[in-house]
Amino acid sequence: MALLNIEVDGQTTQVESGRTVMDAARQLGIKIPHFCYHRKLSIAANCRMCLVQVEKAPKPLPACATPAAEGMKVSTHSEYAVNAQKAVMEFLLVNHPLDCPICDQGGECKLQDMSVGYGGGASRFKEEKRVVANKDLGPLIATDMTRCILCTRCVRFGQEIAGIMELGVGGRGEHSEILAFVDQTVDSEISGNAIDLCPVGALTSKPFRYSARSWELTQHDSIGAHDGLGSNVVVQVKQNTKVMRVLPNNNDDVNECWLSDRDRFSYEGLNSADRLTTPLIKENGQWVEATWVEALQIVADAFNKIKDVQGADALGALVSPNSTLEELYLAQKLLRDLGSHHIDHRVRQSDFSLDAVQTNIPWLGLPVAQWPELKSCLIIGSSLRAEQPLLAVRLREAVRNGAQINLINPFVDDLAMPVAHQLVGTPSQLPGLLAEVLQAVAALQNVTVSAALQPLMSHAPSAVAQGIAESLVNNSSCALFLGCLAQHHEAYGTLYAVTVELARILKAPFGVLGEAANSVGAVLAGAVPHRGPLGTHNAPGLDAQAMLSSPRKAYLVMGLEPELDCANPAAALAALKGADFVVALSAFRGQTPNWASVILPVAPFTETAGTFISMEGRVQSFKGAVAPQGQARPAWKVLRVLGNLLELQGYDFESVDDIRAELSHDLKALTKNSLGNELAAAPALKVRASLGTIERIGEVPVYQTDALVRRSPSLQASRLGSTVEVQINSALASRLNLKCGQNVRVRQGQGVAHLVLRVNDAVPDGSARVPVGHPLTAQLNDANGVVSLEGAS
Amino acid sequence: MTQVIMGGCDGENTWRLKDYVARGGYEALRKVLSGMTPDQVITEVKTSALRGRGGAGFPTGLKWTFMPKNYVGDKYVVCNSDEGEPGTFKDRDILRYNPHALIEGMIIAAFAMGATRGYNYIHGEIWSVYERCEEAIEEARSAGFLGNNILGSSFSFNLYNHHGYGAYICGEETALLESIEGKKGQPRYKPPFPATYGLYGKPTTINNTETFASVPWIIQHGGQAFLEIGRPNNGGSKMFSVSGHVNKPGNYEVPMGTPFATLLEMAGGMRDGRAIKAVIPGGSSMPVLPGHIMMQTDMDYDSIAKAGSMLGSGAVIVMDDTTCMVGMLERLAWFYHEESCGQCTPCREGTGWLYRIIHRIEHGQGRMEDLDLLLSLSDNIQGRTICALGDAAAMPVRSFVNHFRAEFEHHITHKRCLVGSAHSEKAA
Repeated sequence: MALLNIEVDGQTTQVESGRTVMDAARQLGIKIPHFCYHRKLSIAANCRMCLVQVEKAPKPLPACATPAAEGMKVSTHSEYAVNAQKAVMEFLLVNHPLDCPICDQGGECKLQDMSVGYGGGASRFKEEKRVVANKDLGPLIATDMTRCILCTRCVRFGQEIAGIMELGVGGRGEHSEILAFVDQTVDSEISGNAIDLCPVGALTSKPFRYSARSWELTQHDSIGAHDGLGSNVVVQVKQNTKVMRVLPNNNDDVNECWLSDRDRFSYEGLNSADRLTTPLIKENGQWVEATWVEALQIVADAFNKIKDVQGADALGALVSPNSTLEELYLAQKLLRDLGSHHIDHRVRQSDFSLDAVQTNIPWLGLPVAQWPELKSCLIIGSSLRAEQPLLAVRLREAVRNGAQINLINPFVDDLAMPVAHQLVGTPSQLPGLLAEVLQAVAALQNVTVSAALQPLMSHAPSAVAQGIAESLVNNSSCALFLGCLAQHHEAYGTLYAVTVELARILKAPFGVLGEAANSVGAVLAGAVPHRGPLGTHNAPGLDAQAMLSSPRKAYLVMGLEPELDCANPAAALAALKGADFVVALSAFRGQTPNWASVILPVAPFTETAGTFISMEGRVQSFKGAVAPQGQARPAWKVLRVLGNLLELQGYDFESVDDIRAELSHDLKALTKNSLGNELAAAPALKVRASLGTIERIGEVPVYQTDALVRRSPSLQASRLGSTVEVQINSALASRLNLKCGQNVRVRQGQGVAHLVLRVNDAVPDGSARVPVGHPLTAQLNDANGVVSLEGAS
Repeated sequence: MTQVIMGGCDGENTWRLKDYVARGGYEALRKVLSGMTPDQVITEVKTSALRGRGGAGFPTGLKWTFMPKNYVGDKYVVCNSDEGEPGTFKDRDILRYNPHALIEGMIIAAFAMGATRGYNYIHGEIWSVYERCEEAIEEARSAGFLGNNILGSSFSFNLYNHHGYGAYICGEETALLESIEGKKGQPRYKPPFPATYGLYGKPTTINNTETFASVPWIIQHGGQAFLEIGRPNNGGSKMFSVSGHVNKPGNYEVPMGTPFATLLEMAGGMRDGRAIKAVIPGGSSMPVLPGHIMMQTDMDYDSIAKAGSMLGSGAVIVMDDTTCMVGMLERLAWFYHEESCGQCTPCREGTGWLYRIIHRIEHGQGRMEDLDLLLSLSDNIQGRTICALGDAAAMPVRSFVNHFRAEFEHHITHKRCLVGSAHSEKAA
């Protein structure tokens, strides 16, 4: 790429051909005022605020859109340039309301800031100001459209980043206004970014509205706690006591300047009325508040007693993968020091056949920042936009760069980007479909599939499978990823093994999309039955499913809502209720009183220091933003004191740093050396023709991933959060004589769920999308099982 | 007097292929396809000094050389028949009475630039003309002038009419492209220019109807002959749409460089023999000139520029001494306020502001400082926007206020009009 010499305000620099005057100025650290320009969006050049003087140009030119040229001389702050900028500012202000004192953007408003430098002291505008009607964009984005300066950042964000054009400019000239489609709200899973992008107070956060001024808030760096990306966030706190808002912290290697709505708005749950603020114990069948000393002594006594009478084998722990590394480390240390290896964080998983053949920590396989460079990829079993909203953004960038996206899913998924091939089948068909791709790839590459997988090579590849294979083979920079639907699949080990073989033949990276904030960290910490914290391979304990199917006498449950978070809620509740003793460490009351013996209030991620290891192996530590509410305490402190009370050795940690130090003095190196997706041998294969009809497709809705998200009223009120339905295709609907929109009863085992039926031909025949993790379906059992449907009035 | 475009167009069926061929139509195309190279065609057009008839007056031959030569894939030629400029109605008559001249011109242009497809973007409010153009294209296609292997040559070209919806901004060439693509008509920022990134991102050349329609004559008679009709750097004849206070308003095709006085005479002179007060010589967006200056000016690009305005699209709006210049400007300002696409801040916010100030003055609510404010706002709009609509809104304001300031001051101080009793009592 040719380098051009350009002079801006007397300083010279070099930029690549094709870059703009704005790029050159930014490179030199020269700030040019602007509104519509944004480095992650296309150039609109409509606000005209960045007009600058270019030598020999007959008129001022917009820095954002003017290509740099060899020998170009630019003045950004000459009288000529500033006059042009001031003129634009005057035009921007003539119809802008002077309502800064009641505007939520006040204090963080680009127009306000810029008008200090470029605005006049008095207005020459003596006419009436324009008024624009506000729009209902849903429960997340508040509008004051009279403030809009029509920079179209929100529109371009939808088109280019979110992949759906939910906002556009209606009308013409002075009548222009930003609109959603008639009667539509803004429903994208990353819609909140439009709030950040809006340079004025036209789009503001609805949950945050009128609750604080930006200058009252203190800023605390933290990490997003709901998916495996490890988004960098800023937690904003008022009066050192209350989290008021969460915003993205720019990190181009992770979340760029974006944030999913889940990470942005889940903070509402932190202040939920359902927060536990004091330990609870049961006296004479009644729940009563207790002191920590009382409550913890009861736990220690119960654990000691059960261990003494039944043996350590009677103890089990189910822990949330959204817990911090330190919490997970201490939980497994406590269990193992008591003599039990029955600890697991993979509560939604149902096939653990890989445990025997995988010694390293499964991870993403390819750093997030390299995703946009992919030329082809295959994603197996993932509702990507719900699971990984910002990975979908990276893929959209890859598609813009020419990449082909291929999917194997139990339904036709809308990724809001062009998809090259989608191979769709019922859950039980997925291993076979993936095997077809393997067979086609092997044929194209003229290699033989390993003997262990031969039993799967029964079907001739379909045209779509062939298309996927060609896409992968013909694009050298390709990768394979297993999503959450694959990880929760009853034949996960088989899917994984085929993927390993595909990757071997293609010489391509492959990995798993981390389900939770600390899925990688949890394995590293040893919160799995087959692997200790340092990779040491212990005599394996019971996995999350075995712990429930072979119930223990005592459980430690940390950060989970078992009736929603487990693969089989009915089995989970039965096991917990049948146990002699269950201690719940939870930030929320929820259903804990129904299954716990002692309830200990612990701090959510904003109220404790800790570490998350993202799915790409990024170790990110954070500090608490606020003190824990009421009597709640960080779980690591609770576990540490419990260790003391149980008279175990080595529980004298003073801080999370001490815990990390015990785990490793160089956590980054340890993580790097521990990651690995390869298998030591092929796992036992699981091949089934069909589970029977109707196969349940049990996906986790985007706003039901964990307890905190479930308690954000705004997210729950959004269209994505409030739409809970069972989906079947029209053929099945007509066989069952069911109509779209009617109420149906979904039966599974002893459980019934009452849902609205949506007929959707994206779902393969013989299966039904019945969400898991939602209170409405909590009565059902296996996420992978078979359901029956019947009409209900 | 040689008429390049409308020469011989007399009678009922001048728009029919049969009539056109009888007038010597499609001979130029035969000439091109029987041995001329694309470069030879372009050279001929360059020699002719044909300049863009849509308003900007850019040399056509030079524009055609901007198209990439060895481009793999489709290239487009697009005809701008959106003719939205108030005062202009020449393209409508070309489409109505001589559409095959345009079609032939576009085919030759496509040959010269290696384009495979063409679109004729027709103004939204002239439905019958659109229908006639559809018939004309069908005639040309049936006769083998359009389609694959035109006249047995290896050259193929398809042409389509596209009916717009009447937005003035869609006459701006990049907004026109957006509109053809099915999007909201909004100008694109240039660069990239259409020759690199045009319709559907492909190399595209856009010319005005009259420009394309001049091409067959140039090929048939040679660029030099065309040039000699007019003046150096101002070749050919040009259609002027004369409107306003004249006895015979209409289109007049005259050689470039014809004195305005002659054109006015052709149009039957001033209505009721009144005195000429002012003329907008090139369509409503060009600066107005006082009548006495115009009476000494010739009708070509360079002469009018020297006099302080622009030839523009050749829409000559003549005003006599009964015209209220404030009321006239109010109407113009309303038009640009209504037609601004709203993309750029100065135009979106400025055109409405200009209109409201002028409206106040016209209705007796003006303030003396408004006049300098109008000039200042015009300065702040002109040259600060993506397309020229901002300029088009600002230039009339500046010229009206500068040339007729006394009339504006009279409106402000007396709250009534300076001219004729018909306009006298407008105080609110």
